[in-house]
Amino acid sequence: MSEKVLMKGNEAVAESAIRAGCRHFFGYPITPQTEVAAYFAKRMPKIGGTYLQAESEIAAINMVLGAGGSGARAMTSSSSPGISLKTEGISYICGSDVPCVIMNIERGGPGLGGIQPSQSDYFQATKAPGHGDLHVIVLAPSGVQEMADITYNAFDLAEKYRMPCLILGDGILGQMMEPVELPEPKEISAEDKPWAACGHENKREHNIINSLYLDPAELEQKVRARYERYAEIEKNEVRFEEYKTDDADIIITAFGATSRVAKSAINTAREMGIKAGLVRPITLWPFPKEILAKLADRVKAFLSVEMNMGQMVDDVKLAVNGKKPVYFFGRTGGIVPTAEEIVAELEKINGGAAK
Amino acid sequence: MSIVFKKTSMLTDAPLSYCPGCTHGIITRLVAEVIDEMGLAGETIGIAPVGCSVLAYNFFSCDMIQAPHGRAPAVATGVKRAHPDKTVFTYQGDGDLAAIGTAETIHSGARGENICIFFVNNAIYGMTGGQVAPTSLPGQVTQTTPYGRDVKYSGNPIRVCEMMATVTGTAYVERVAVDCVKNVRHAKEAIRKAFTMQQEKKGLSLVEFLSTCPTNWGLTPVKALEWLRENLMAYYPLGVYKDVTAEEEAK
Repeated sequence: MSEKVLMKGNEAVAESAIRAGCRHFFGYPITPQTEVAAYFAKRMPKIGGTYLQAESEIAAINMVLGAGGSGARAMTSSSSPGISLKTEGISYICGSDVPCVIMNIERGGPGLGGIQPSQSDYFQATKAPGHGDLHVIVLAPSGVQEMADITYNAFDLAEKYRMPCLILGDGILGQMMEPVELPEPKEISAEDKPWAACGHENKREHNIINSLYLDPAELEQKVRARYERYAEIEKNEVRFEEYKTDDADIIITAFGATSRVAKSAINTAREMGIKAGLVRPITLWPFPKEILAKLADRVKAFLSVEMNMGQMVDDVKLAVNGKKPVYFFGRTGGIVPTAEEIVAELEKINGGAAK
Repeated sequence: MSIVFKKTSMLTDAPLSYCPGCTHGIITRLVAEVIDEMGLAGETIGIAPVGCSVLAYNFFSCDMIQAPHGRAPAVATGVKRAHPDKTVFTYQGDGDLAAIGTAETIHSGARGENICIFFVNNAIYGMTGGQVAPTSLPGQVTQTTPYGRDVKYSGNPIRVCEMMATVTGTAYVERVAVDCVKNVRHAKEAIRKAFTMQQEKKGLSLVEFLSTCPTNWGLTPVKALEWLRENLMAYYPLGVYKDVTAEEEAK
């Protein structure tokens, strides 16, 4: 492995994507993911790749559909309002079984919202990243190293299951600098994608990348087949981190940048005698239901801490299934919860339900 | 017995889903024949639109991608950037290209994307049952302009070739028709020219075909051709609007 370098999260993602063999990036300017595009714009021409600033977010995601559908490793990145524009394309990409990587460096919403960090696109990412029956794999890094590692693996995951991988970050992760060990560059060939629409060279039947099925029975069969693949993903690809859960009475659930604040709150609470721990989902879809269900038999309460008005907490409740109380604490609009605020919530719970 | 005529192998055996009397079928076949005759079938990727020709992915025997409504030039851009030596074309209607996909159309031209756009203009949204299109004529009666298109209320028709000719980056822009044998033969040459421009890496080519929609115009196929000649051709004159190779020769 190479030595550690100091990088911004956004830059680490771009460099890692290049090392994963991504040679086609299509984007549109939006704060706070600008460094991703700037990095690709600088590097891609030097390595025979494409950096293209599209006329819109909509065009950018459809360029990804074209490049990905013809077998290339392709990526786009944006921030919340831009992702809303991409949802049409994401739905078509899902319906056409095309692999690609999409990153959302979330900012506050709704509407134009703000430009400070947020996690208020959790529902959009995990429940409805586009119209129709579909899922995308949602990966939530919590630091620069993990942004690099997750990006590197996202292309393999996307190709393995022929679907988009969405990296859900936020303004903090994108902008902060940390030392990172970058993965080894790999060479990718389009040869091993027999489904790709890249010209049949008169050697095979024509490949069709398509999401239209006018016969309801055929469409249902296609969707069901895709859901069988989703079931495989739920079985094989769930990832999470546990922090001080062994003896915990209260489990905090938090992802991304929020989980870092939660860890320091947990350490403070433990000094005060409150036995708190953390489950940090790394995959938001598939969601780590089993570990939460298992912990629900043993712990006294759950507290979901998020930078939104309460979104992941619904999935926590579904996993806990009424066995234990599930509380929520969140800040929104671009405000990051403080460790003190989280400790205060833990104290309240500890004095009540967890007693 | 010798074979004097056969269907091009660039068309599959899938039945064309166009209405009887619609000239889409002629245009689809012309595009297929040219690709076949130029020996490009194996290296071509076509982009199907949303609209009457949405099923183009079943008709053409080359590799195909079906794009969201209006996004075909963006999808084509992605394919061409990933495979600069392959041949890439889109096949789009007027609603797709000149309304919801206007930005994609103009910007693919401005970037000089080395692709071919085949634009079928029948002045109506055919697939959805005949709504007013960006190219519907002033006064034209459609499902959603039942009293005739009032340009003060629902806007003016867009002349795509005239507009695209002004965009630096486009290489070849021509409007043709397929209403008679002479024009059909000429339309085929326009398609060939567009693919040749792409082979020579000249930039974006756009060929507009004036086409009929007997079903939604409420006319017989013969009357529809007459209506096209009398009305569409008057508003949308046939001809070459841009040809960078001719400009180069003139210099």
